[in-house]
Amino acid sequence: MSAVAIDDAAPARRFTLPSGRSYEKVDELVTAPLLEREAWSWRVWWIAFAASSALTVIFLVCIFMLFTKGIGIWGLNTSVVWGFDIADYVWWIGIGNAGTLISSMLLLMRQRWRASINRFAEAMTLFAAAIAGLFPIIHLGRSLYFYWLTPYPNTMTVWPQWRSALIWDFWAILSYLLFSLLFWYIGLIPDFATVRDRARNPRQRVIYGALALGWRGSARHWRVYQIYHVALACLGVPLVVSLHSVVGLDFAASLMPGWSEPIFPPYFVVGAMYSGFAMVVCLAALVRWGFRLQPVITAEHFDVMAKVMLAASIIMGLSYLTEWFNAWYAGEHAERSLIRFEFTGAYAPLFFAMLFCNVLAPQAFWIGAVRRSIAAVFGIAIIINIGMWLERILIIWNTLSHGYTPSMWRLYIPTIWDWLTTFGSLGFFVFLFLIFVRLIPTVSMHEVRDLVAEEIES
Amino acid sequence: MSKMLLAEFAHAHRLREAAQAASRRGYKLLDAFTPFPVEGVADVLVARPSKIRVFMFAGGILIAAMAYGGEYYTAVINYPYNIGGRPPNSWPAFMLVPFATGIFGATVAGFIRFLFETGLPRLHFPLFAVDGVERASQDRFFLALEAPEAEGERRGAMDSLRGDGALSVREVDS
Repeated sequence: MSAVAIDDAAPARRFTLPSGRSYEKVDELVTAPLLEREAWSWRVWWIAFAASSALTVIFLVCIFMLFTKGIGIWGLNTSVVWGFDIADYVWWIGIGNAGTLISSMLLLMRQRWRASINRFAEAMTLFAAAIAGLFPIIHLGRSLYFYWLTPYPNTMTVWPQWRSALIWDFWAILSYLLFSLLFWYIGLIPDFATVRDRARNPRQRVIYGALALGWRGSARHWRVYQIYHVALACLGVPLVVSLHSVVGLDFAASLMPGWSEPIFPPYFVVGAMYSGFAMVVCLAALVRWGFRLQPVITAEHFDVMAKVMLAASIIMGLSYLTEWFNAWYAGEHAERSLIRFEFTGAYAPLFFAMLFCNVLAPQAFWIGAVRRSIAAVFGIAIIINIGMWLERILIIWNTLSHGYTPSMWRLYIPTIWDWLTTFGSLGFFVFLFLIFVRLIPTVSMHEVRDLVAEEIES
Repeated sequence: MSKMLLAEFAHAHRLREAAQAASRRGYKLLDAFTPFPVEGVADVLVARPSKIRVFMFAGGILIAAMAYGGEYYTAVINYPYNIGGRPPNSWPAFMLVPFATGIFGATVAGFIRFLFETGLPRLHFPLFAVDGVERASQDRFFLALEAPEAEGERRGAMDSLRGDGALSVREVDS
């Protein structure tokens, strides 16, 4: 009984500030950067754009070097045949999972606060998944033959090997990318209509009007739209789970110590959600600050996202413990030796840094004041992103550096090209994201209006 | 040209109440134009049930079946080869491709059906010519009623809409 009394007494949670709690205010906040460009100072945007363009050029140079010289420019050797390429791939695809999770899973769970963040989270997903898709191609060595992944009649009369996790990856990423693109666009249609109706410049009106497909907000259309949107969300959740499970299977389907573990698919999915949320938090803080969206992206949002990250960090910790326990309990020499190597070998400092970033640092989210401090949540989210990247590189390095045959034990020494490719891909992501915020409504206006309506009426 | 009454509301709940009241009074509701989906309005409009999910299911199954068929043909019929004694038709390993592409197929089928059921893209619509209707995508809620033929009845309908909280009621071409 007392629990009920507490619930009644607790004030309803609000995810918008009073200053943003009107439809007109929401529209104005979101469309102003698109329609009243002159009224905005774009200096920070231009600086970021110049920096990310430079990194994008570096990324292209890296790929050019790779194509002309081969994968020998990376720190790969005969034992550690995967390196930054695959770690970057897993990291990016993990980030690419969160947008769909936020849009789909939170939609199905009726978490209304997602309205403020789902649009740029979906954009993040799209760009991250597209960048992730590049890495398996460039890691092939003979990238020019990547189209052999597709089934097409050829003079060799052979077909793709359907039992291979690499083929699964190809189809899963391709389906996921196209799905995300359509899901994103569907959500944008009503918002393009709003931009069309607010635009005074005829050219903008035509472009946004065409993108809106002539949407007029008809109640009949809304009904079809909603049914379609929820059905897509129902499909999106299993798709996103399968996508990252397949990434886990890339490792788990092998016979290497530390990889051949049934826990990998679910553990990878949680890791993806974890790093994806961390990236969404970073972008939310930046978008909120850059476009003065404080009235619709509030400390409450950071509070709930911090809770999600806290839960994920605990699951990650449990997954690590399970791995160690299984290695010990199964008693296989190679597995036990690998765990010993993780804690005491050459990569041990990175391993402890990873444990700190992924398991220890997020425990600060138990404290309410930390969850409500945007700076603190932002800082910890950056730490989690670094930690998750370390996790991916260590999964690869530890196992490949310390396999079954001691005579094959080698370390991976990253080269300048490894680093430039990694940071170049990050720059390319920022480059795409900056273009997105300048051309497309960064917040889903119709969903925030719905949220506002609910908060006004409550 | 037939006429319709266009009532403008400032709040979603006012529109919902007015739509329910108008339907109770026996007026023919044509449509509503709102900046976000207002619960309870589409039900009053007697919209036909959407078949979009059926199409999505069919599209998904079709693409998934094609994907599995492709795998079966290439791995079992056209070029079977033995890898570690695994059966040519390794169905558990073949499931992922039909699953992922099937979801994509359902998405595309749904989108095509969405366009079909909504009649979009239709870049111009007569209603767009009405002054102020551009706010239907921003902050106003519009309810469209078929205008009764008789002058008196029409006035009655307009008055009752105003009584339900409409900011304005106009007679426009439909």
